[in-house]
Amino acid sequence: MNLQLVSAPTPMAAPELARGEPHVALRNVSLVYGGGDDQTLAVDRVTMQVAKGEFVAVVGPSGCGKSTLMKLVTGLLPATTGGVAVDGRVVDRPIKGVGMAFQNSTLMPWRTTLRNVMLPLEIVQPFKRERRRRRSEHVARAERLLESVGLGGFGRKYPWELSGGMQQRANLCRALVHEPRLLMLDEPFAALDAFTREELWGVMQDLWMRQRFSAVLVTHDLREAVYLADTVYVMSKRPGRIIHERRVNLPRPRTLAGSFEPEFIGIVHGLRDKISEARA
Amino acid sequence: MSTAAAKRVRQQIMPWLITAVLLALWEILTRASGVSNVVLPPPSEIGQAMIRYHALITQHALQTLLTTMIGFALALAAGILIGLAIGASSEVYRGVYPLLVAFNAIPKVALIPLFVLWCGIGAIPAVLTAFTLALFPIVVNVATGVATIEPEMEDVMRSLGARRDEILVKVGIPRAMPYLFASLKVAITLAFVGSVISETVASNDGIGFLLMGAAARFEVSLVFAGLVVVAIMAVVAYAICEYVETRMAHWAFRARAG
Repeated sequence: MNLQLVSAPTPMAAPELARGEPHVALRNVSLVYGGGDDQTLAVDRVTMQVAKGEFVAVVGPSGCGKSTLMKLVTGLLPATTGGVAVDGRVVDRPIKGVGMAFQNSTLMPWRTTLRNVMLPLEIVQPFKRERRRRRSEHVARAERLLESVGLGGFGRKYPWELSGGMQQRANLCRALVHEPRLLMLDEPFAALDAFTREELWGVMQDLWMRQRFSAVLVTHDLREAVYLADTVYVMSKRPGRIIHERRVNLPRPRTLAGSFEPEFIGIVHGLRDKISEARA
Repeated sequence: MSTAAAKRVRQQIMPWLITAVLLALWEILTRASGVSNVVLPPPSEIGQAMIRYHALITQHALQTLLTTMIGFALALAAGILIGLAIGASSEVYRGVYPLLVAFNAIPKVALIPLFVLWCGIGAIPAVLTAFTLALFPIVVNVATGVATIEPEMEDVMRSLGARRDEILVKVGIPRAMPYLFASLKVAITLAFVGSVISETVASNDGIGFLLMGAAARFEVSLVFAGLVVVAIMAVVAYAICEYVETRMAHWAFRARAG
């Protein structure tokens, strides 16, 4: 594979600051897996921004490096070239206190749902320091959050006693209990049935409107992206490049009924065409 | 009685029933074939020997039980520590694992002369042999439990800012618990094997010594009596380990059952 494109720096485009201060900024970020003759270019010169409190979705054909992008933003993977900045600071190690939710819920089977949700409070400061002194406050906080996603009273159950949809709700609670300013979602609803999935879009939107964190959602569900996001980025197939950026200016809160309105459907179709081009 | 309850009762009776049938067959065949008691005594003879020599057997059985338990306890402590150390770091895992496999490939009986050389005959070689046999399954299981943390789980922890030791304590150790408890059943059985083997060659106490002595005197029913006693102790220890396993890592069982 010809990797010269990666190493030759391209002139940086003037940062687009129309949407306010960027929370996350990626400039010409590329990632090469492996070494020697076995190199794979996974992400190719991606430039994108997430404004403070913005909900961004990244869509694209499977295997296009969407999940890699998430690891780049959180510093779990170092970029081969280009720069990642969060809050104006260069990311060169895993950044702390980010909320994360994956397709499989990664709840710990040996902890009750409540104790699972409270996990970040045992790790992230200042909660960790106060975890003994303010234990009852922390419990109340986790219980409130569970309540708000419709899991009131389920805190004492173990995750494996809950349905897939309930596990994913608890997973969102765990990702948000420490009120992170940045939430990373890697196809969190992909394993759920269609009804549960659409229900959880509403839950997710409620949580976001209440806490107003910045969010990056990786998904291959275009309706999900348009329902939740302020900006949708379309990635090409591997090596992943951003080929399209679409603002979604539909009013909030968005509803399922709204997702069948012509304007909504128009945006979804527009994105679908771009993806078809990307797959061609 | 409902059929489900009947089935449960049947399942519980089954092992006893099969044992009884086998013993009866053994009794009948040895008596009918006229095989000498010095070759294969019938169960009734073995039972009589157990009663006749019960003081002697008890004394040696307690010795074996003691050395086995000490060896097992040491293997448990060392196995958990080594397993955690190996599983927590992929470099250590890669570096130490081949050595462990090589160590495990050594027939442990071959170590007994060394143990005798170092510590003299008696209880200590038995404890050490039980320890070396029981150690490997515990180390391997604990290390596997720690080393196979799901990458997503690790990503979640790292993005929360968890240090390596926090990941080990909050994910690695709880995750390794079912692996540890599963290894105990294997380890305790091997510990009995180890101490009895050691006693046969390097001790004046214990069931192993009793077996060798009885065999030398052609008291074959006493040999069998000793074997039965070891088997009973091992089965009881196994059952205790199994009970502890289901109690301590109940989530692993229920999670599997769905």
